[in-house]
Amino acid sequence: MSTGFLKTSVGKKVLMGLTGLFLVSFLVVHVSLNATIFMMDGGQTFNSGADFMAHNPVIRIVEIVLFAGLIIHILQALTLTLANKKARPVAYAKIDGAANSSWYSRSMGILGSLLLLFLVTHLSHFWIDTKIAVFKHQEHNTYLEMKEVFSHWYVVLIYLVGVIALCYHLLHGFQSAFQSLGLNHKKYTPLIKKVGVWFSIIVCLLFAAMPVCMFLNIVQ
Amino acid sequence: MGSGHGTELNLTLKVWRQKNTKASGSFETHQLTGISTDMSFLEMFDVLNEKLIHEGKEAIAFDHDCREGICGMCSMYINGRPHGPKNGVTTCQLHMRSFKNGDTIVVEPWRSAAFPVIKDLAVDRGAFDRIIASGGYVSVNTGNARDANNILIPKDAADEAFGAAACIGCGACVAACKNGSAMLFVSAKVSQLALLPQGQVERKARVLKMVAAMDEEGFGNCTNTGACEAECPKGISLENIARMNRELTSAALTYTK
Repeated sequence: MSTGFLKTSVGKKVLMGLTGLFLVSFLVVHVSLNATIFMMDGGQTFNSGADFMAHNPVIRIVEIVLFAGLIIHILQALTLTLANKKARPVAYAKIDGAANSSWYSRSMGILGSLLLLFLVTHLSHFWIDTKIAVFKHQEHNTYLEMKEVFSHWYVVLIYLVGVIALCYHLLHGFQSAFQSLGLNHKKYTPLIKKVGVWFSIIVCLLFAAMPVCMFLNIVQ
Repeated sequence: MGSGHGTELNLTLKVWRQKNTKASGSFETHQLTGISTDMSFLEMFDVLNEKLIHEGKEAIAFDHDCREGICGMCSMYINGRPHGPKNGVTTCQLHMRSFKNGDTIVVEPWRSAAFPVIKDLAVDRGAFDRIIASGGYVSVNTGNARDANNILIPKDAADEAFGAAACIGCGACVAACKNGSAMLFVSAKVSQLALLPQGQVERKARVLKMVAAMDEEGFGNCTNTGACEAECPKGISLENIARMNRELTSAALTYTK
């Protein structure tokens, strides 16, 4: 069944939802760890956390799964978008999209592309350096690297754009994933939608606060 | 009947004209004067067609049948929305009092690879029929009519099934969806039978067959924007799509034939 299931339009949705929620779970870990910079201990807690994430073998394996999930999510989105374009070969001359849906629910592809561009920037800022340090068995002070990277206003700006794209992507994606998995219930769906909105806002505000506070030297 | 009873409108109509399925169409502009606000949108088109016929031109082809909002035949995409600016109504139940004097109204056919344009505003929705034929039925032995209370059905299940069964198959969901997905239609048809005891026998095979038929017709994929639900003249709920996702996933995991 499995290959057959993933070939159906429902199966593709389920895969998008599952990988999406998996990526959401990563965000929880990422934002929690990074929020330790607000402990104002000169990055001590943060660096020990980052060190654990860089060396723990379980995390290493999860990291590979994470990249796999991300790649599946992106490739699937690309395939689906191309198929959807084919489903409407002649475009409407006039569309009143605002009358029936939110702009961000209709812009998941653009928001996702922005996120991907941001991710490339983000990984080149931190992830690659950390990897090199691990391979060379060197000490790596991620906290100091953060301070350095976020001392440039244009970098802070890029991060803010990335975080805003993430926020809107999550505003639709969080509850949409549950719907795709068939987890819709009169009792729980309103709660899932509320949690999705608060999750998107809180996570993104925290992420946005990091570069901003470092740039403004609020975190020292 | 609201404001402007008995008043008349002057309108500019931009209508899609297309000779046949293969031809590439274009917009044609018509000026209409003295359109009564009491007219339905289709009656306005009747007036326009009378005028065209008198001028020796070809009338605009459009689908319609019952003109009371229950048959699902009318199908115009009006000013960027299927069935026009009002929620919960079909084009035939849309009245000219919903427009203002001097308005320009753009009218297009449903645009979907699975709904080829036959002519002008009329599209072929045979894809829906083929999806229904693939599994949207219950097989029962014929014979004497059974007693109505032979099979007990909980009231809430009956209500939900009835809600799904209200779908008239007009295709507004496909027309509204930015992806041209038919999930709301198919999920309504899957749901109305999955919710009832009579539908249990073929439950798993049905959803597998109907989703396969839907995919084969070339409809797009659902991204849960909710545009279909918002534009559905019969208020079919997104809950049906979630139910179909559940039904299909469970059938794909457990169905053995």
